[in-house]
Amino acid sequence: AENEPSWETPCTELLVYVSTPGCDGFPSLDSKESYKLSVSKGSMLLSAETVWGALRGLETFSQLVGRDENGTYYINETEIVDFPRFPHRGLLLDTSRHYLPLRAILETLDVMAYNKFNVFHWHIVDDPSFPYESSTFPELSKQGAFNAMSHVYTASDVRAVIEHARLRGIRVIAEFDTPGHTLSWGPGAPGLLTPCYVGEAPSGVYGPINPIVNSTYQFVIRLFQEVSTVFPDFFLHLGGDEVDFTCWKSNPEIRAFMMEKGFGTDYKKLESFYIQRLLDIVSSLGKGYIVWQEVFDNDVKLRPDTIIHVWKDNNLQYLKEMANVTRAGYRALLSAPWYLNRISYGQDWIEAYKVEPLSFEGVPEQKALVIGGEACMWGEYVDVTNLTPRLW
Amino acid sequence: RYYEYIFGQSWRRTWGRRPLAARAEPELFQLQVVIEAGDPGLSFSFSFSLDHLTVTEPVAILKASEVWGALRGLETFSQLVHEDDYGSFLVNESEINDFPRFAHRGILLDTSRHYLPLRSILTNLDAMAFNKFNVLHWHIVDDQSFPYQSIYFPELSDKGAYSSNLIYTPTDVRLVIEYARLRGIRVIPEFDTPGHTQSWGKGQKDLLTPCYSGGQPTGSFGPVNPVWNTTYDFMTKFFKEISSVFPDEFIHLGGDEVDFSCWKSNPEVKEFMKKQGFGTDYAKLESYYVQNVLDIVSSYNKGQMVWQEVFDHKAQLKPDTVVQVWMANNYAHELSSVTGAGFTAVLSAPWYLDYISYGQDWKKYYSVEPLNFPGSEKQKKLLIGGEACLWGEFVDATNLTPRLWPRASAVGERLWSSSNVTNLQDAYRRLTNHRCRML
Repeated sequence: AENEPSWETPCTELLVYVSTPGCDGFPSLDSKESYKLSVSKGSMLLSAETVWGALRGLETFSQLVGRDENGTYYINETEIVDFPRFPHRGLLLDTSRHYLPLRAILETLDVMAYNKFNVFHWHIVDDPSFPYESSTFPELSKQGAFNAMSHVYTASDVRAVIEHARLRGIRVIAEFDTPGHTLSWGPGAPGLLTPCYVGEAPSGVYGPINPIVNSTYQFVIRLFQEVSTVFPDFFLHLGGDEVDFTCWKSNPEIRAFMMEKGFGTDYKKLESFYIQRLLDIVSSLGKGYIVWQEVFDNDVKLRPDTIIHVWKDNNLQYLKEMANVTRAGYRALLSAPWYLNRISYGQDWIEAYKVEPLSFEGVPEQKALVIGGEACMWGEYVDVTNLTPRLW
Repeated sequence: RYYEYIFGQSWRRTWGRRPLAARAEPELFQLQVVIEAGDPGLSFSFSFSLDHLTVTEPVAILKASEVWGALRGLETFSQLVHEDDYGSFLVNESEINDFPRFAHRGILLDTSRHYLPLRSILTNLDAMAFNKFNVLHWHIVDDQSFPYQSIYFPELSDKGAYSSNLIYTPTDVRLVIEYARLRGIRVIPEFDTPGHTQSWGKGQKDLLTPCYSGGQPTGSFGPVNPVWNTTYDFMTKFFKEISSVFPDEFIHLGGDEVDFSCWKSNPEVKEFMKKQGFGTDYAKLESYYVQNVLDIVSSYNKGQMVWQEVFDHKAQLKPDTVVQVWMANNYAHELSSVTGAGFTAVLSAPWYLDYISYGQDWKKYYSVEPLNFPGSEKQKKLLIGGEACLWGEFVDATNLTPRLWPRASAVGERLWSSSNVTNLQDAYRRLTNHRCRML
């Protein structure tokens, strides 16, 4: 007997109901992304508290729709109640080691949306290049970008990224990593970086940002004033990782400053001195901040609402770090086991999948301080020719 | 196409401006290409190309004994031309005499683990030409799928391909061969048997060995069945087609990783082993099979390439059979054995580019010295080259090109350039430029 198609009357509409309006706003760490999806004969309803939840539900809905051999689109009757386990689900792209054209970033945001990621951590500048076109300090990208005409992000590029992300419920958290990882800042901001010395004379080579001169802090205030207005998210990532002390140690003025301040030979104290002033500046601009774990490890005095980003991964030491960070009362973000730039042969997605972010020793209050994690795609070996297949 | 490569990519034209005054340097108007031999025809196994490239104004001369050498010289010429900030194209006066160190410089692509659309293969042939590779080893079918549309046995791809549109029609195959030929690249197809043949069994009943358990067929199949006459009837007809479709002198017959457990379970096979006096040495059965196929393919006047197991298991090879050494463990020793027994060898063991890892792994490929194995001068001459392999388990059109290139360029230079070109810093500088050029 011929198989009768068992299709009922076709559903023609997905009703989307959002209880709290807010299509013009930006998503935040506190946004509620839960949704309910109800598919039954003759009616399909997606309801969410916020538009951000509706976006997640729409993605799920799109995954439920199938197509049979005759080309008919169908969907099973379904009842779904869904919400994220962690509120901060991020992806880091590095546009300094290699410039990424706008289309690569926008495409990544699309795929992030397919996977319900909600934070784009834009590691926009670093040692090798400074592609961010600053209106306050245009020389930074003029001198620091790989090519000041073609390898920069103009104000309109940045706006395009932020809006493209917003429409997908993705927050854009910019990272201006200091005081290390700043070599590209030097050419466009003379006097900003520490001149390294060989014996009595400057060697011509520069190190991290110079923490002892006032001009540094004037620069930092003005730059972050701009960055705070350009990037609407409440949080900024301030970096603070891998500060190499050798240059500071070689500089006689800095050594003198250390003496004056009573820091002795503990350069971590000098790093803290800088970071604390930076944090105060950024706070006064009304922003919250995320920092890499060294800032916590080096005993910098932090505000209680600082988020610590755990990235070091030798032999699962990150679990210990997560315990320490949360025990000290700070919120934590996990990236250590998710450095996707470290490619290897075969199905390495399995290792990433098996990670259990809360598998460290701690009480429930500590575990509640883990707000999520980020997969990182550092750019040393990545550009537009291989970004997408390497990341997804 | 070289005109386009040299002059066409000029995006800098939009930024720069041509200076109004005529340049002071002399202008090069013409590259004359002189080919000494007559038309070499279709096949060109192991052709030796010697090109002279002289660049002095107003005419540069590229001389080669065959058109294949001219192609290599044209590639070199295209690399010498550079553009300045004003959009002028410059080339230094030069005198170059160049020839490859090894005659067989190949890339293996696997279109069975994942189907590769034609455009992926053609793009890859372009990249190969930029790197003076001259052999495409097309590992076209395997366990997972049979995309090759056979004229005599259409069921093979009808039933064995991943789907009806994931196949290579005779037209597709001709296109690949011609596209390769125009770039001086030989296409050596590999129809790997008796192992790696699961997909063949879908479209060809009674080809694979039925496996048994407790006296009953289990329903699953193993390698090609070496005891039935029908197997050799099939291979005779099949390789007749392959021999006419693929014009190269050589066909790769595979012969790797044959799992004996299914044969061991099959009563007919066990019976045959007894009759032949092979005892329980299934390597002898494998060799029996391989020898028959070698004979079949020889009768079509084709040379054969095989994976190293065929040699290791002591099959009787033809004197001109080429052995491909792929097992990484102690490959230098294998090269000694193969060449010591008088056979020609091709090296792949250190160049499995599908084994990706983090960082600049091109350096380890570049640092391989193929002739670092114990052996006489005569033996070393038998190593005719190598192949970088990109097996397809984790590779398809979405990631083929960035995974293979420019890592394979390191292998390309190792196989073409002289043995003393080993400086990594210098290679790095040239490789980064070359990559941008390839993009």
